[in-house]
Amino acid sequence: MAEAVAEFVHDGESLAIEGFTAFICFAAGHEVIRQQRRDLTLIRMTPDAIYDQMVAAGVASGLVFSYLGNPGVGPLHCIRRAVEKGVPRRLEVEEWSHGGMVARYLAGASGLPFYPLRSYAGTDLPAVNPLIRFIDDPYGSQPIAVVPPLMPDVAILHAQRADAEGNTHLWGLVGVQKEVAFAAQKVVVVVEEVVPAEVIRSDPNRTLIPGFKVDAVVLEPYGAHPSYVQGFYDRDNEFYLEWNRVSRDPETTEMWLEEWVYGVADRAAYLAKLGGGVRERLRPRPEPAAAVDYGRYP
Amino acid sequence: MVVAAARALAGVQRVFVGVGMPNVACNLARHTVSPELELVYESGVYGARPDRLPLSIGDPTLVTGSTATVSMADLFALYLQAGHIDVAFLGGAQIDRFGNLNTTVIGDYRSPKVRLPGSGGAAEIATSARSVFVMMRLSPRSFVETLDFVTSPGHLTGGEARADLGLPGAGPELVVSDLALFDFANPEREMQLTSLHRGVTRDQARAAVGWKLRAAGVVAETPEPTPEELHLLREVLDPGGLYSR
Repeated sequence: MAEAVAEFVHDGESLAIEGFTAFICFAAGHEVIRQQRRDLTLIRMTPDAIYDQMVAAGVASGLVFSYLGNPGVGPLHCIRRAVEKGVPRRLEVEEWSHGGMVARYLAGASGLPFYPLRSYAGTDLPAVNPLIRFIDDPYGSQPIAVVPPLMPDVAILHAQRADAEGNTHLWGLVGVQKEVAFAAQKVVVVVEEVVPAEVIRSDPNRTLIPGFKVDAVVLEPYGAHPSYVQGFYDRDNEFYLEWNRVSRDPETTEMWLEEWVYGVADRAAYLAKLGGGVRERLRPRPEPAAAVDYGRYP
Repeated sequence: MVVAAARALAGVQRVFVGVGMPNVACNLARHTVSPELELVYESGVYGARPDRLPLSIGDPTLVTGSTATVSMADLFALYLQAGHIDVAFLGGAQIDRFGNLNTTVIGDYRSPKVRLPGSGGAAEIATSARSVFVMMRLSPRSFVETLDFVTSPGHLTGGEARADLGLPGAGPELVVSDLALFDFANPEREMQLTSLHRGVTRDQARAAVGWKLRAAGVVAETPEPTPEELHLLREVLDPGGLYSR
């Protein structure tokens, strides 16, 4: 992880650590904080606790997003402080909606100059985000909103497994992981398991990211905690509730970062500190799917 | 409030759900008036059957045992934008008389007094869901004359404004609050009082709204929850009383 972050995440660039509630690579976010990156433009649909932590740590000068909540719990207090008071530093925000960001990634992923969607008409967002435009439907009469492509300099995407070439299997809330992998200039895939190519090839429908789009594969078990990986571990909902409390105050936030980010060398040390009790609490029961037979054809 | 919302889902097939009260209401409806109801989540789940009350819309329990788990691109385009969501629940910090919603800022956008979470999927949901039900507690701080920011389009400036702008869904049709129910069934598409909950007076409802509240020709009394509905809520769906008190 340390090598991947050192090689691929640079000051002043745009970074997308995506995952819609699931597959959020907190291990990568913490390493970016430890390596003291600066002036990053952070891109996520919902910043989640990961960007709340990274903004508090001072790595970001910009944020591209569509929802500023701690999902199901409340606001993201550190980001709110940055936006309302410029603490710890001013944050330039570029605001969209979920549908708009999905459309932007689709445009970026598929080499298109823009993407249309049914949204924004009758709202105030276009007035504060001039990148939202309206064009006339060339086959009809109604205007429709269009959004420009989004192509992050680097994306760090968590998944269940990949082979050594980066061919990646993903199941559960796949969110926009695939689209971001195709839209980003550089891609780091972080996985719970590295598997032989035969495992990937045994279920090709599940290969959402092909290896040619991946610049590095990082093996980091439990790398998404407190987010989750379907089938491997649960979301740590208790943590998100606790984060709501800790992040209200800049001092307790700083103490948390000292203890859990700066105070541990890497994710392995974080896990040792987290302890077996948490991992037991987050262990799901097995629920394998019905087997799928692709057939082998002579 | 939860029971009233659940009853309004009679006959609905596909409902877009957030967490909190709408989630409990939808599950109650599945057990009562709408057994065919399928829950759709913007995180990418169609036909969710969660084993536990999800804290967030991206909870892993929504995925396991669901009918379909899809990418967000598919969810937003094929399920929502293409018009297959019968009802969506929305809420907000502020609502105006035409059902437009604000979840973006209180105060000025550039230097807000309070920075709210923003749209998430709400702008798309308000545009394309075939119908929108709003669940919000009634108060003059929330039910305001003028929104600080329009995040989600309701009936815009009223009348035919929404249709003229070509928005595909019908927009807000029901507002469920803790004191009363409202709809928009008049030519001006303006929120009107249709039912007062037991013990609530018209004056109380008017005082809780920041504009001159309109009333439907007939204002009913909201029927009380039945013992069966209460049992389902309190013993089965939400025993912790997180949302249904």
